[in-house]
Amino acid sequence: MNLEIAAMQVFNGISLFTVLLLMSIGLAIVFGLMGVINMAHGELMALGAYVTYLTAAAFSKFAPGWMDAYLFVAIAAAFAVTSAFGWLLERGFVRHFYNRPLDTLLATWGLSLILQQFYRSVFGPQEVSVPLPQWLSGAWEPIAGIQLPLNRIFIIGLTAVVAIGVYMLLTRTRWGLRVRAVTQNRAMSAAVGVDTNRVDALTFALGAGLAGIAGCVFTMIGSTNPGTGQLYIVDAFIVVVFGGVQSLIGTALSGLAIAQSQTTLEYLMSGSMARVTILLLVIAVLYFRPNGLFARKTRS
Amino acid sequence: MQDFLRGRAIREIGIVMLLLALLPLLLDPFRLNLTGKYMAFAFVAVGIVLMWGYGGVLSLGQGIFFGLGGYMMAMFLKLEASAPELPDFMVWSSVEKLPLWWQPFHSLGWTLVLIVLLPPLLAYVFSYAVFRKRVGGVYFAIVTLSLALTLTVLIIGQQGDTGGANGITDFRSFLGHDIVGDGAKLVLYIAEAAALALAMLLCVALLHSRFGKVLIAIRDREDRVRFSGYNTAHIKAFVFAVAALLSAIGGAFYALQVGMVSPSAVGVVASIEMVIYAAVGGRLSVAGAVVGALLVGLLKSYLSEAFPEIWLYFLGALFIAVVAFMPQGLAGLTRKLGVAR
Repeated sequence: MNLEIAAMQVFNGISLFTVLLLMSIGLAIVFGLMGVINMAHGELMALGAYVTYLTAAAFSKFAPGWMDAYLFVAIAAAFAVTSAFGWLLERGFVRHFYNRPLDTLLATWGLSLILQQFYRSVFGPQEVSVPLPQWLSGAWEPIAGIQLPLNRIFIIGLTAVVAIGVYMLLTRTRWGLRVRAVTQNRAMSAAVGVDTNRVDALTFALGAGLAGIAGCVFTMIGSTNPGTGQLYIVDAFIVVVFGGVQSLIGTALSGLAIAQSQTTLEYLMSGSMARVTILLLVIAVLYFRPNGLFARKTRS
Repeated sequence: MQDFLRGRAIREIGIVMLLLALLPLLLDPFRLNLTGKYMAFAFVAVGIVLMWGYGGVLSLGQGIFFGLGGYMMAMFLKLEASAPELPDFMVWSSVEKLPLWWQPFHSLGWTLVLIVLLPPLLAYVFSYAVFRKRVGGVYFAIVTLSLALTLTVLIIGQQGDTGGANGITDFRSFLGHDIVGDGAKLVLYIAEAAALALAMLLCVALLHSRFGKVLIAIRDREDRVRFSGYNTAHIKAFVFAVAALLSAIGGAFYALQVGMVSPSAVGVVASIEMVIYAAVGGRLSVAGAVVGALLVGLLKSYLSEAFPEIWLYFLGALFIAVVAFMPQGLAGLTRKLGVAR
């Protein structure tokens, strides 16, 4: 393997890693805080993608001159819409299933089926895609022979901003302090006056909003159809479970490990065999570290 | 109390069997064949009742074992259909020699032995390892779900050996007997219903034995049972193996009834749908699970024919409604009414 190929491999790995991280970070927060497996997380991503599609359509109709800037509006819109929807979802639906994690899994799966059919009825069964802004098409060529697509670089930058933002939110704000308190010990937090219901609702909304951003980003690398969410959901779960619940750093590192080994293996064998190998490896590792690679030691 | 519960479970099975016996008189051959297809899922649903309702272990990967059973039966049928040539999909993918692991499926005896032994064995070994590490709950659900995905990806990826996304199709005879005609379908239906009755009775016997009591105790307070000296991992893995066996038998009947198997019967969506069959019928009722599988299956074929738009809305709402309002499913409903009377 020569240098160029190696460099491209690393870049592809990082690129896949940022996509995985964006998908799973919202899921990790919700799973870590509430122990809720949200099977509709993929459909929230699809919602973000469809919001992006609508934003792009609105820009090309009403403000074609501003088309280059639509992406930033779309990111904000995707976050706003999906987090508002997530908030409603938590208040009206998910909170009734706390303490029954297996039932939550089935109920949110039911929700995901309804959302899929809803997208199919509204947007049609075919794929929709959005135009890539002018300034993101093309590639950056730092040295001859290595071409790094600009949209991938943008995604890497955006993921960095989002991940750092979430990290700061959780560790440097009072609200983040409450979230971490409830994650570690719900009963005790409630006893010292934390409004755990409010924390749950806002956290779920944040997790949903992050899914929305992930969905928005996906429109840059692929098209969207009503079943898009289902394609990604299991991968997102695997990243979260592999990294260990309750640990954002763990989620990030597990995403990195999975992405790098996936791209490396894809170089050596066919795509499907690479995927199978990764899945089996993850399950084997989980056998030795059942609570994930970076699980926090707690007395529970 | 124990006798009362067992008596009730057996009465429920009796009613379901009566229903299954009457259906051939009421339905045309096409609908009867559909019923036979959904009866294959009923085997899986019975296994899910054992494992989830009584053992508290939710697997979202029962499609794995259903698929293993189905594929093994289909491989046997396909070899018979294409003999002495290679199966057609292998020729298309320019595979020149029959893969080694296809060899046992030349013989019906080996096929049946493998269908009955391989899935439970795999299930036992895998789940014992997992349960011994005290992994359960949603983790087990996710891990089984990812295994179902893994198997699907593997089957689709290895097109030359497995038929890929199209699956294994186009077989019409079983030991020289036609399996497509109306008469053959009736015979298949009767054989399947008889097997299902036997499976239900054995499961009820298991659940109402000492073993069943320990299983329920594990579901409710596993650490307490462990402290009493039971190896709970062993018991849970055994139940998981029984559920895998039932799924594999169901899969084998599916291949016979439908005349094909494809990765879609193995995958994530199919595996989760199998849980709803048990949930609708009642996660604590063996007979209820059978009714659930038939009811949801027939509704699926009716609704997705008549109103394709509505089917997913309906299925989604069903998941939510059963979990939110009817955790005991239909069986819970009838039992409640029965007590009130």
